[in-house]
Amino acid sequence: MGDLFVLSISCIFINNILLAQFLGNCPFLGTSKKMETAVGMGMAVIFVLVMAGMITWIVDVYLLKALDVEFLRTVSFILVIAALVQFVEMFLKKSIPGLYAGLGIFLPLITTNCAVMGVCLINIKEEYSFIEALVSSFSYAAGFGLALILFAGVRERVILARVPKPLQDTSIGLMTAGLIALTFTVFRGMV
Amino acid sequence: MIPAILLMLGIGATCGIVLSLSSKIFYVYEDPRIAQVENNLAGANCGGCGYAGCSAAAEAIVAGKEPPSLCIVNSKDGTEAVSIIMGVDAGAAEAPLSYNLCEGGNRAADKYHYMGVSSCKAMDAIYGGHRVCTVGCIGLGDCIKACQFDALHMGADGHPVVDDAKCVGCGACEKACPKNIIQVRTLSEKLMEFNQAYDALAPCAQTCPAEINIPKYISEIKAGKYDQAVQTIRMRNPLLLACGRVCPHPCEDMCRRGIEDEPVSINQLKRFVADYEMNSGSRIPITCAPDTGKKVAVIGGGPAGLSCAYFLRRIGHQVDIFDAMPKLGGIIRYGIPEYRLPKKVLDWEIQGILDLGINAFTQVKFGQDFGLSSLVASGYHAVFMGIGAWEDYALGIEGEDLDGCYKGIDWLSKFASGQEMKLGKTAAIVGGGNSAIDCVRTLMRLGLEKVYIVYRRTRNEMPANQVEIHAAEEEGIDFVFLAAPTRVIGDDDGKVKGLEYLQMELGEPDASGRRRPVPIEGSETVLDVDMVISAISQAPDPSFKDNDSAPRMKDLEITRWNTIDNDPETLQSSIPYIFTGGDSATGPSLVVTAIGGGRRAARSIDLFLKGEPVEPVEDSLQGKNIPESIFKKVDGITPIKRAKMPEIPVSQRLDSMIEVDLVLPEDQALAEADRCLNCCRLCYNPDTEFPIAK
Repeated sequence: MGDLFVLSISCIFINNILLAQFLGNCPFLGTSKKMETAVGMGMAVIFVLVMAGMITWIVDVYLLKALDVEFLRTVSFILVIAALVQFVEMFLKKSIPGLYAGLGIFLPLITTNCAVMGVCLINIKEEYSFIEALVSSFSYAAGFGLALILFAGVRERVILARVPKPLQDTSIGLMTAGLIALTFTVFRGMV
Repeated sequence: MIPAILLMLGIGATCGIVLSLSSKIFYVYEDPRIAQVENNLAGANCGGCGYAGCSAAAEAIVAGKEPPSLCIVNSKDGTEAVSIIMGVDAGAAEAPLSYNLCEGGNRAADKYHYMGVSSCKAMDAIYGGHRVCTVGCIGLGDCIKACQFDALHMGADGHPVVDDAKCVGCGACEKACPKNIIQVRTLSEKLMEFNQAYDALAPCAQTCPAEINIPKYISEIKAGKYDQAVQTIRMRNPLLLACGRVCPHPCEDMCRRGIEDEPVSINQLKRFVADYEMNSGSRIPITCAPDTGKKVAVIGGGPAGLSCAYFLRRIGHQVDIFDAMPKLGGIIRYGIPEYRLPKKVLDWEIQGILDLGINAFTQVKFGQDFGLSSLVASGYHAVFMGIGAWEDYALGIEGEDLDGCYKGIDWLSKFASGQEMKLGKTAAIVGGGNSAIDCVRTLMRLGLEKVYIVYRRTRNEMPANQVEIHAAEEEGIDFVFLAAPTRVIGDDDGKVKGLEYLQMELGEPDASGRRRPVPIEGSETVLDVDMVISAISQAPDPSFKDNDSAPRMKDLEITRWNTIDNDPETLQSSIPYIFTGGDSATGPSLVVTAIGGGRRAARSIDLFLKGEPVEPVEDSLQGKNIPESIFKKVDGITPIKRAKMPEIPVSQRLDSMIEVDLVLPEDQALAEADRCLNCCRLCYNPDTEFPIAK
């Protein structure tokens, strides 16, 4: 249990998928202009990543490793994740329309999210057990959401600041992201 | 190799089968019409309809929650296609347009300099923007960035300019503007706007009782766009020909140029464009909103009734006017003499209002020929009462009923309706208001030898318009100031032969700030006249209340001045569906006040007809001035003489009722328009290169 807690903390803070591993930067910059969309995106990533983490672990252990075709990992994961997101979208629309209304427009965006792919590959590389993979998927996604929401909060205030013209918008966004990433290095050595 | 290919095929097939199966299992039925409707919408996803994107709008239309005309961007064909899919009538929607209310732009002074902020929203967060004007445009173009239709661009003066042809009225610019300077409104909404405390308004526009956008129409005259100037005036005042002649122009008293120089001759410019339209031979078309199917009765065809009817008609209601007199116009037809406002001009103006589709029924008196119950039974949803103030006050002195004694408005209206008048040789008119002057100037034209004005105070206290008093002096009227009539003296046949008055002297100032006249004991003097007309103000005639048999009429409250009691903000009377304005609600007042009242009542009636609560306009100015906009000193002014009103010489005036005041020639009108500083709340265009705001 303690190990899982340590794993979770390390995934959220120390190895934050956005700020330490620099994966999933497109939605990080794209959906962080408004707090509202940032929260929606964060929730959608948590939902999809937990599902994808479980499915890809099963695919890896029971198909790829069993058939000794581990070199197909990346391509098969892409296929599985894309199909999964489509399936989830249809399932939600029919069964949980409330959740669909909240996450609806973000779900298709995640199909090609490298954070999702990255976490699934990390799960395998670190040779996590199923439970560990589940916890790590959830925690990485929570870390993604946390970073996104923090960043959106900063960006909503950046428009009030005096920014030289060449550095406005995405440029200042990237710089801000770099500074937030630097602050996250203080968590290094915590575990 | 083989297992790898098989595995990929296997995963691919599994995914495909699972997805195709789940698309059957998790199939959500969608009305096929939703897709069809969506194909016929504009597809801009602008959100102007209030729904999140076109598919949401299509769903709402198919669900019957919204009409096929929901999409404000859609072309006529698209809307028709949608209505065919839905199998209903298209229904006409009133198209909204974007309006920029601040034209100050770069001319407002800077409060601070702060480079680097690129959005109005951000600038607004820092002490409400960098300009001294707290309500005006910030000028960083958030609205322009928000517009998806390329309908806005930054003008040379530093404020956004709307391209009406491209604007679809989606409202994105209004949402983006932190200052409420860009507003998306329908014509009806524009017509029903009232001056509010936080609006960008020049002092003249704040003061005008009809709330006309004066700087706008003057700058349109300056640009030679006379048609547009007429349209601008017609947004607030349907009687521009009449007002251009008789309005005492309180706006000019507040003119900012008047602080350092003579004020701009605003009213002459109004008359210039009004006459321009009349003399051009064709009427400028007036647009009305689509019919609402509601019917309103307007009782009284005077300025208030005509104004109320005109505005109600323009916002789409059906209006019928009822008037007791043979022709419409009320006090401006029967109280204002021909030489000030020719009947031909008035007829032309009223016809233009009736041409909008308003029915007029004349020579029917409320309370006698028809009543409240007949109006209700005829299906009128609301009633406007603008019955005016036609009952002259009596002097209350001995001999007032002798042969040769008349009352002001009564006499003027009988004369105006063409009745045979019995005239004497000399006349005394008691009173100092405009109707007293109207009586004396009319009598002079009828060939009397001597006409006196008897007024108990002095010339300075006379409530009549200065120009009128001046004209009366020119025409040779004798003024008897500081005189209080005590009795009318008659001869043996009961005919008037003199008016006795007490001389007065001015004492302490009274509540109105005017010095109270005090009689001098034993100073009785007799003026030898054979006609006495008392023109000392009027009150409404409330007799309709007793004559009307409808029991509901008892609920109508009348004040002790015989005016109909109403809420001063909404003009609603004590019977919810009766609204009232003009002299019958305010007591004798200006034509332009009655016009403003008619429009305010039209707004309340519109709210009432829509079933919304009849609430006052928020922070309504109602003629009050915004303190920060009233200056003591105006920099950068070079005095330029005001245009002099052309008038016919006195020698030609007195033998006919021909109109005395003439219209400005075009070159003088343009020069006069150039004198306008085009003021707003704080900023203005100075004559010299005075460094405001660069």
